[in-house]
Amino acid sequence: MKRLPLILTTVVLTLAGTGMAGAHGDSPSPARSAGLYNTQFAWPSMEDIFRVATLQDYNTRLVVLTTFILGLASGLIGSFLLLRKRSLMGDALSHACLPGIGLAFIIMVAAGETGKYLPGLLAGAAITGVAGVGLVMAVRNTSRIKDDTAMSLVLSVFFGGGISILAMAQDMPGASAAGLEYFIYGKTASMVMQDFWLLTGVAGLVLLGSLLLMKEFTLLCFDEGYGKSLGWPVHTLDLVMLALVTLVTVVGLQAVGLILIIAFLITPAAAARFWTENLKKMLLLAAVIGALSGWLGAAVSALLPRLPAGAVIVLTAASLFLLSMIFGSARGVLKRALGHARLKRKVGRQHLLRAVYEIQEAHCENESQAPANVPVPFDELSRKRSWTLKQLRKLIQRAGREDHIESFDGETLSLSESGYGEAARITRNHRLWEIFLITHADIAASHVDRDADSVEHVLSPDMVRELEQKLDMRTVPASPHPLNQGESLS
Amino acid sequence: MNWYAYDTWIVIIGALCAIAAALPGTFLVLRRMSMMGDAISHAVLPGLAVAFLVTGTRASLAMFAGAAIVGVLTAVFTQWISSWGKVDRGASMGIVFTTLFAFGLLLIVQAADHVDLDPGCVLYGAIELTPLDVLADIEVGGILLEIPRAAVVLGAVAVVNLLLIVSLYKEYKISAFDPDLATTQGVNAGLMHYLLMTQVAVTTVASFEAVGSIIVIAMLIVPAATAHLLTDRLGLMLVLATGFGALSSFVGHVLALWLPPLMGFAGTTTSGMMAVATGLFFLLAWLFSPRYGVVRRIGRQRLDVAELPEEERLA
Repeated sequence: MKRLPLILTTVVLTLAGTGMAGAHGDSPSPARSAGLYNTQFAWPSMEDIFRVATLQDYNTRLVVLTTFILGLASGLIGSFLLLRKRSLMGDALSHACLPGIGLAFIIMVAAGETGKYLPGLLAGAAITGVAGVGLVMAVRNTSRIKDDTAMSLVLSVFFGGGISILAMAQDMPGASAAGLEYFIYGKTASMVMQDFWLLTGVAGLVLLGSLLLMKEFTLLCFDEGYGKSLGWPVHTLDLVMLALVTLVTVVGLQAVGLILIIAFLITPAAAARFWTENLKKMLLLAAVIGALSGWLGAAVSALLPRLPAGAVIVLTAASLFLLSMIFGSARGVLKRALGHARLKRKVGRQHLLRAVYEIQEAHCENESQAPANVPVPFDELSRKRSWTLKQLRKLIQRAGREDHIESFDGETLSLSESGYGEAARITRNHRLWEIFLITHADIAASHVDRDADSVEHVLSPDMVRELEQKLDMRTVPASPHPLNQGESLS
Repeated sequence: MNWYAYDTWIVIIGALCAIAAALPGTFLVLRRMSMMGDAISHAVLPGLAVAFLVTGTRASLAMFAGAAIVGVLTAVFTQWISSWGKVDRGASMGIVFTTLFAFGLLLIVQAADHVDLDPGCVLYGAIELTPLDVLADIEVGGILLEIPRAAVVLGAVAVVNLLLIVSLYKEYKISAFDPDLATTQGVNAGLMHYLLMTQVAVTTVASFEAVGSIIVIAMLIVPAATAHLLTDRLGLMLVLATGFGALSSFVGHVLALWLPPLMGFAGTTTSGMMAVATGLFFLLAWLFSPRYGVVRRIGRQRLDVAELPEEERLA
């Protein structure tokens, strides 16, 4: 199973590679032989890069600024959604907007208007969007149906209704409904000034709302039940939060499309989560990552030919997510793997030193005295725990690097002074913890070794001091259970 | 309203799609992975694009294989991100399917923007046109039956799904309710997870190639959710879910034929109306389910209060 990821990745990359080869290489395809292909590909000149970077073109400026602001707002509000484990709400919501668009169109045409009046369509989208969200909440709160099923249910039924309504609107006399469905697929590269102002207004509102209700939203994210017990209007706050999400979604939807708005609500927040455990920092970071993806993606799309802005922005955000997932300083995969390896090394070292100390104890004649730091035979040590010889040699080598070993010739092992002190301290901690478990937690003496083992490596100095006081022990106590060889094999 | 032979075929094809989808869909609902159908239906775009670019044709089989592979990959990637990165599963699903969709869009625009392969055509397979694509003519008792290709494809998927679930019923059940217990009982819960995901991917792809994505997303989840409100037994839930799905197919088509003329419109799509019909059945169950319905719940609260002794009722 371990190699499965590797194999799958190779397959995907190969497939993607052949796809690219089909696009740019010489493989014959019907379309190419028909002469429809334009295969010229030119890297942008420095001049072009400069023009885009300084936002000199009107269109580029508009697209970059709008996606920047949208990324900012949705990153912020998306963080709350992520913490509420409701990231896919944006997905359900954006699908639920479709029937509203169709209905608004029909009503406006019936009233003798053009039918494609933007504020009217937006209002329709917002109304069914809110209805969809309300239905999700109602189903979740009044039945055994869970969040995800409720969202999926609203998504498919509303979207199906929307398609039916649009199909009906298609043959209304006097107005053309053609292209109405592109309202939810977006038009990133052909935005107008109106989109920019709408988005700026919504972003401002989201910013203001999140700042004013920061404390309430935080509590809602982390402990809804506690908020309820304090008498807070939890459901109302929930609706306010979702109203802000609806605003961002509806306005973003017609500017950049369904997929991009879903990605914007989820990806920057999830990426930010890897860098910090602090909510305020996470909100800030999510907004920055969202804005950065919008800006970078839109700029790249403007520079290179035939790259749809929406897709490039999604891929930019996904790359930032991947980087964060690997290198994130708070919960990144690398950081956790390193921490795990470090703990494993520490546990291994402590096991080695304690084993040596216990053998020295066994060799000691006078039981009331601390054992002398005598050399220990390698054979005896290897029988002490379920180590393989290779593992044990590696452990000794590593302990040597930390100056715990005086000498090791393959037969006998002697500890250095610091190693001996460390061994005594570790053994003492282990026994203190064991005795504490026996006297205060009623764990049988025969089982206590294993139980102690799972905690002792992370005992803090404060904790050890407390144990000393509680048990009134200053020296290394005797083991509460017999120290037979291979004890931990049992 | 006139009913022709192809109306019967549309209902049959819709019902077959409903049966094929409701079986794995029931387990999606129980495992809290309901959004998977939607995620897969968006995520398969790069699979379609790569299959098209490699083979150069829109031949059904290559496109189907490409889409199904990427569909399974969606589940695999979601699992990786949520287990390695400790990201909420909904969020990782969202990240995976938006990224795959964007990648697919990029491939299409880069290479084939003038070819008839756009997200719209993938998302809206038309169930109304399926009876025209006839695979075989069979004469039964003097009546010529023209069997549409979609009916054969979806029928095969439904049979495979049914056989899998019947033969591995115990394994499906235990790994849906308690994966850890399944592992201790010697059932490979991970394998069952991917088997279910493969089923969902294949069913989704086969359905929307034949009848459009919106039907299958609705049929996966809504009938199963309806059944979930009516019973606590898994076997009965599977039966009810397929039943409601098939019924929705009929009601949806009738609605599509009957409703628009009533309101002065020329017509509408059957697929959208079938999704709406599944929603109507859910609404009924939500309100009137004998055990879990809203009405019953309110009634029970009143009743409970009425049954209390006088002094406690005041408190």
